[in-house]
Amino acid sequence: MQEMAGLDEGAPLFVQIAERLAEEIADGSLAEGGRVPSANELAAYYRINPATAAKGIGMLTDDGLLEKRRGIGMFVAAGARSRLLGERRKRFTERYVEPLVAEAGRLGIDADDLVALIRESSFVQRGS
Amino acid sequence: MTPAISVAGLTRRYGGQIALDDVTFDVEPGSITGLLGRNGAGKTTLLRIIAGHEFASVGSVSIFGSPPVENDKVLGKMVFIREDQVYPCGGWAFRVRNALQAASWLYPNWDHDLAETLIRDFGLPRGKAVQKLSRGMRSALGIVIGLASRAELTLFDEPYAGLDPVARQLFYDRMLADYAEHPRTVLLSTHLIDEAAGLLERVVVIDRGRVVLNAAADDVRGTATRVSGPTIAVTDFTAGRTVWDRRKFASQESVVIAGQLGDAARARARALYLDLEPLTLQQVVVHATRMQEAGVRERTIA
Repeated sequence: MQEMAGLDEGAPLFVQIAERLAEEIADGSLAEGGRVPSANELAAYYRINPATAAKGIGMLTDDGLLEKRRGIGMFVAAGARSRLLGERRKRFTERYVEPLVAEAGRLGIDADDLVALIRESSFVQRGS
Repeated sequence: MTPAISVAGLTRRYGGQIALDDVTFDVEPGSITGLLGRNGAGKTTLLRIIAGHEFASVGSVSIFGSPPVENDKVLGKMVFIREDQVYPCGGWAFRVRNALQAASWLYPNWDHDLAETLIRDFGLPRGKAVQKLSRGMRSALGIVIGLASRAELTLFDEPYAGLDPVARQLFYDRMLADYAEHPRTVLLSTHLIDEAAGLLERVVVIDRGRVVLNAAADDVRGTATRVSGPTIAVTDFTAGRTVWDRRKFASQESVVIAGQLGDAARARARALYLDLEPLTLQQVVVHATRMQEAGVRERTIA
């Protein structure tokens, strides 16, 4: 298979482009106010159709995470990073914390015990 | 917008044989479309009719709104590079540089610098007689002409016979780079789907002369999933779903199901310790073709 710099052939490529850009905004490698690679630059890097790359960029533009500056290119919108981090925090709560608390409840582990268990496990992970 | 290519109800018969059977599809301008299918599916016949080299038995083809046959206005906008390209003015005196010179006169958007770069990239010997070129070098010459002509409509029919994977990658990379700077309409027929998948915005799949799939490439990726694990769990999970393929080994089973899986279905698969593998573009095309062939067999028997 042609190498596409880590893209997965089993899912829409434009969605993966959007996810990767969002990832870079969230971790700060694409700074707010910074220029985002153009569709052609992304296309050359990932070896994909420029229209596919443009569709990925378009997804983030529609979400307000990127903004177009006429004649210059696409830039990371102000507040994009904190918005993405906020969404992730919310997802983290839904995906991990809520099921954890529910399961703890079933096992009769109260909040203090749970906090203690988390401290213990993070201590073990750091120590290992 | 007028389609770059519009094929409507196209049928092509050779004596009693049907090469193309009621083919209908449009190609929008400014896109790269993959024409996919097995060998003998009808890809070359279709491209020859689009290029005006051959007639339809029934139905019509229009290129930017006009029929291509004996239409200089249309033919000037189009380049057609075939597998094992034959150059009309053959003979020992006809060298690579003569072929390129002829192409530069023929195609109004010919780009000399791009041609020079590509000749260097592929290591084409300018002074060699075209007749004496190896298969791979003949393909390279076709690719140089196909790309440097920058024709509004570029038709490539399996243009890489005899080219190794490195040279094919060069072709894909150069095409992508030049297409990005100079958008045009490209129709690329290939059976090396995995290699070309990333380049394609749309795919038209033909099998036994019929269109079996016409869609955006990204809409096809992941539209089927291979589910593998213990037979009991697989049977439970796939109940009521459309099954494309089923393989069994001892107590293990591997099944391809159509359609996308939601979060709930994924969570359930995890709970059943099932392995989920979304299908790639190539894999979906293979299954769509097989389903079509199975359907044809059923109809024939019935």
